[in-house]
Amino acid sequence: MADTQIAIRLEKVTKTFGEVVANKDVSLEVRRGEILALLGENGSGKTTLMNMIAGIYYPDGGQIYLGGQAVDIRSPRDALALGIGMIHQHFKLVDVFTAAENIALSMDAAERFDLKRVRDKARAICEKYEFGLDLEQKVYEMSVSQKQTLEIVKVLYRGADILILDEPTAVLTPQETEKLFNVIRNMKADGKAVVIITHKLHEVLAISDRVAILRKGEYIDTVDTKTATEASLTEMMVGQKVELNIERPTPENTVRRLAIHNLSVTSEEGIKLLDNVSFEAFGGEILGIAGISGNGQKELLEAIAGLQPTERGSDVQFFAPGKGRAMELLGMSPRDIREAGVHLSFVPEDRLGMGLVGSMGMTGNMMLKSYGKGRTPILDQKAPRALAEEIREELGVVTPDLNTPVSRLSGGNVQKVLVGREIAASPIVLMTAYAVRGLDINTSYTIYHLLNEQKKKGVAVVYVGEDLDVLLALCDRILVLCGGKVNGILPGATATKEEVGLRMTQLQKEVQQ
Amino acid sequence: MSGAAENTIKKEPLVRIVKRDGATFPQKVAVRVVAILLALVVDAIFIFGVTGLNPLGVYSVMWGGTFSNPTRFSWAMRDLATLLCIGIALAPAFKMRFWNIGAEGQVLMGGLVTALVMVYFGNSLPAPVLFATMLVASVAAGALWGFIPAWFKAHWNTNETLFTLMMNYVATSIVACMTNIMRGKASSLGTLNKATKAGWFPAIAGQRYTINIIVVIVLTFAVYAYLKYSKHGYEITVVGESENTARYAGINVRRVIIRTMLISGAICGICGFLIVAGKDQTISTTSAGGQGFTAIIVAWLAKFNTFYMALISFLLIFLSRGASEISSVYSLNEYATDIVTGIILFFILGSEFFINFRLIWRGKAPKLTKEGK
Repeated sequence: MADTQIAIRLEKVTKTFGEVVANKDVSLEVRRGEILALLGENGSGKTTLMNMIAGIYYPDGGQIYLGGQAVDIRSPRDALALGIGMIHQHFKLVDVFTAAENIALSMDAAERFDLKRVRDKARAICEKYEFGLDLEQKVYEMSVSQKQTLEIVKVLYRGADILILDEPTAVLTPQETEKLFNVIRNMKADGKAVVIITHKLHEVLAISDRVAILRKGEYIDTVDTKTATEASLTEMMVGQKVELNIERPTPENTVRRLAIHNLSVTSEEGIKLLDNVSFEAFGGEILGIAGISGNGQKELLEAIAGLQPTERGSDVQFFAPGKGRAMELLGMSPRDIREAGVHLSFVPEDRLGMGLVGSMGMTGNMMLKSYGKGRTPILDQKAPRALAEEIREELGVVTPDLNTPVSRLSGGNVQKVLVGREIAASPIVLMTAYAVRGLDINTSYTIYHLLNEQKKKGVAVVYVGEDLDVLLALCDRILVLCGGKVNGILPGATATKEEVGLRMTQLQKEVQQ
Repeated sequence: MSGAAENTIKKEPLVRIVKRDGATFPQKVAVRVVAILLALVVDAIFIFGVTGLNPLGVYSVMWGGTFSNPTRFSWAMRDLATLLCIGIALAPAFKMRFWNIGAEGQVLMGGLVTALVMVYFGNSLPAPVLFATMLVASVAAGALWGFIPAWFKAHWNTNETLFTLMMNYVATSIVACMTNIMRGKASSLGTLNKATKAGWFPAIAGQRYTINIIVVIVLTFAVYAYLKYSKHGYEITVVGESENTARYAGINVRRVIIRTMLISGAICGICGFLIVAGKDQTISTTSAGGQGFTAIIVAWLAKFNTFYMALISFLLIFLSRGASEISSVYSLNEYATDIVTGIILFFILGSEFFINFRLIWRGKAPKLTKEGK
C-alpha cells in the first residue's frame, strides 16, 4: 500500500470500437474517501471508461493502477477481487430469488454455501450504511429503487471498496435519490471511493467532492465541486458556452385544433390507463403534459394518433384550418387520418421501435408515412432521398451515408431524423413524447427551438416531458396526468415545480369528484 | 485487499475479438479464398490419413460430379433450379420475420395438384390449356398451404414455426393418401402419361430442364425487384423490422402477413409444378426431397438476396453431387464423403466470422504507452 490516498489511477487509457474512439488517452484518479462525479454528455465515453475498470472491456492502450500498482483487469471477477464493484444501469438480478439468495449468487467459489451466514453478513452491511432492504423479499416484488439497493449491497458484500454507479438516479424519484445520496455519503465516510456517472448537473453539485469531465471520449479536466457552477461545468462538458435559457414566445392567434372529451383507455388486463381525460389543444401554443412515467402519457398520444383502442364514450375532435365542422378522429387508423387530410405528426417515445425502421437508412425512413402515395406499385425513392438530404443539411444529422441504417446513428441523430421527418410533413398538430430523452444539451436545445418555431407557425404542439424545469420553461399550459386522470391544467408561466410535482403524485380534490 | 491485488495481476488476454467496420470487397474475397484453400488442405489430410487415397484424385472426381460431362452439368442445373426456387419462395416470408418452415408441404401440395391435373385432364385438354391449368392449380394449392398458417398468425398470433412445420406432415399424408387411393400400395403415382407425355415439359435445345431453369431465372429477378423496388417490398421490410412501426406508419399488418405468405406459398407451388412437369413426371411423398429445409439455409445465408441465393444453392448442389460421385467411384462409405463436404461447408460458413470480426493477439494491440512504473 504505497499510496493510500489514491484508490485507482488511469493513465492514458484508450478504447476503440472499430473506427469509433470511445476513450482517448484518459488519465484520472479516484481517491479514497471521496465521491468523484464523472460528468459528460451521452456518448462521451463515461460508461466505457468505467467498464474498463470493472473488467467488462479491456483497454486497447494505457494502464490502470490500483494503489500505485499496475494491474490488468480481464474480467468482472478480477475487478471484484481487486475490490472494484460497479452497479450498472440495467440490474443483473434473478427475479425469482430473494435478496439474500441473489447476494449468495455472487459468492466466491471457495466460500461454503451458507445462506444464514450470507444473511447475517448482509444485514450487518445494511445496518452499517443504513440501507432499507428486506433480505427475504423476492426481487420481482421490489421497486426499481430497492433493486438498486440490492445491487449495491451485493457489491459491498464482496468487499468492494471502490464503487462505481452508472447513472444511478435515472430511474429514481426525487425522494429515492435523496436516500441514495445519504447512503453514498455514508460509504464515503467509511473511506470508500465512490464514482458516480451522471449528466445531471445539480446532482453533481449536490453530492460530489470532485468532478471529472469527459467530452467526446477525451478527458477534459477534474475540478473541485466547491469551485464549480452549473455554467462552468456545462461549458467544459459541451466545449462551448451554452445559453441555458429556453424561450417562451407569447402565443398569438391561438385556434382550437383538438378537443378531447372523456377519453378512456383500458388495458387488456382490465386496468384503467386513461380515465375520462378531457382537454383542448390550441394552434400557436405548446401544451405540456407532465406526469410520472406510465401514468397514461403513452396511451393518450397513441389514442389520438389512431394506435390505441378506446372505450365507448371517448371523443377526439379535430378542427381543420378553414373548416367550421369538427372531424372525429377516433375509429380511424393512422392511414385513414392521413388520407382524411389531417396533418397529425407524432414523435413517439420508442424512436427505433415505433417511429423509425432501424435497419433502413434515412431515405427509407423518410417515406415511412408517404411511401403509399400514387397508384403505381413501384416505390418512389427520389423524393424521399431529396427530403433526407434536406434534413441532413438543415438539422446537421451526422451519418456516413443516407443509406446507413439509422439504428447505427447516435441517439441525438436518430431523434433529429425522426423529428425532422415529422416536421417536414407540415403538421397542424405535433405531438412529441420524451423528445429530448437521452439527448445531449445542444441537441435538446435544437429540439426546443424547433418546437418553438412550429408554435410560432401556428402548430398545436403537445409536449410530453419528464424534466419539470423544461416543462415549466417551455410550455404555455401544463396538463398533469396522475393515474390516468387529468389532475389539473396549470399555466406554465406561473406554475411552480412543487405544485406540478405534488399533482403528479396526489390526486387533487377538485378532480376526484 | 492488497494481497488480493498482487495475486490477481495478470497478463493481457491472449486473444481478443474486435468487430470490423465493414470489410472491403477485396478483403471479403481474400477471406473466402483462404477459407476454401484451408478447407482443401484439411480435407486432404483427412482423405489421405483415413482412406490413403490421393487427395488430388478425389478432388478431381468431386469436381467431375458436376462438370465431367454435359449430362452431369444439366442434372446439377436441374437440382439447382429446384433448390433456388424454394429459397426464392422463402425470401419474402423470412424478410417479414415470418418463419415459414413449411416449404416442403407447400411444394408437395403444388406438385400433387399438378399431378392430378395431368392424370385427369392430360388427355382431354390441348397442351397450352393443360399447362395453364397445371400452373394455376399448383399456384392455388401452394398459396392455400401458405395462407392457412398466415391467417391464424394474423388473427390469433399463433406460432408460425410450429404451424407451418405441422402443415408439412399434413401435406405428406395427403400425398400418401392420394397415391394409395389411386394406385393401391405403391409409394408413388408412377410415371404419369408415359405414352402421350401430356403435361411433360418439352426439351428445348436438347435440354430436358430448360423450362425449369428459365422459370427460376425469371423468378430470381422478379422477387429481387419485388423486395427491393416495390411498395409491397417496403411494407414487408417494415413489418419484419417492427410491427409497432408498421402500425404507426398505417400499414395493415394482417393484410401484409397474409399477402406475403400467399406469395411465398404460391412460389413453392410453382416449384412443385416444375418438379412434376419438368423433372419427375410423378409425385410421391419424397418429391420435395428435403429441399424445403435446405432452402431455409440458402435463404438465410444469402440474407434474402436472390442472386446470392443462386451462388449458395450452386455451392450446396456442387458439394452434394461431388460427395455422391466420390462415394460411388471409390466405393467409399457415405459418411466419409459427408465429412469431406462438411469440412468445406464448415470453412466457408466459418469464414463469415472473419469477415465480421478480427482478432488481436497479445502484445499486437496498438498499445500507446506503458511506462510509468
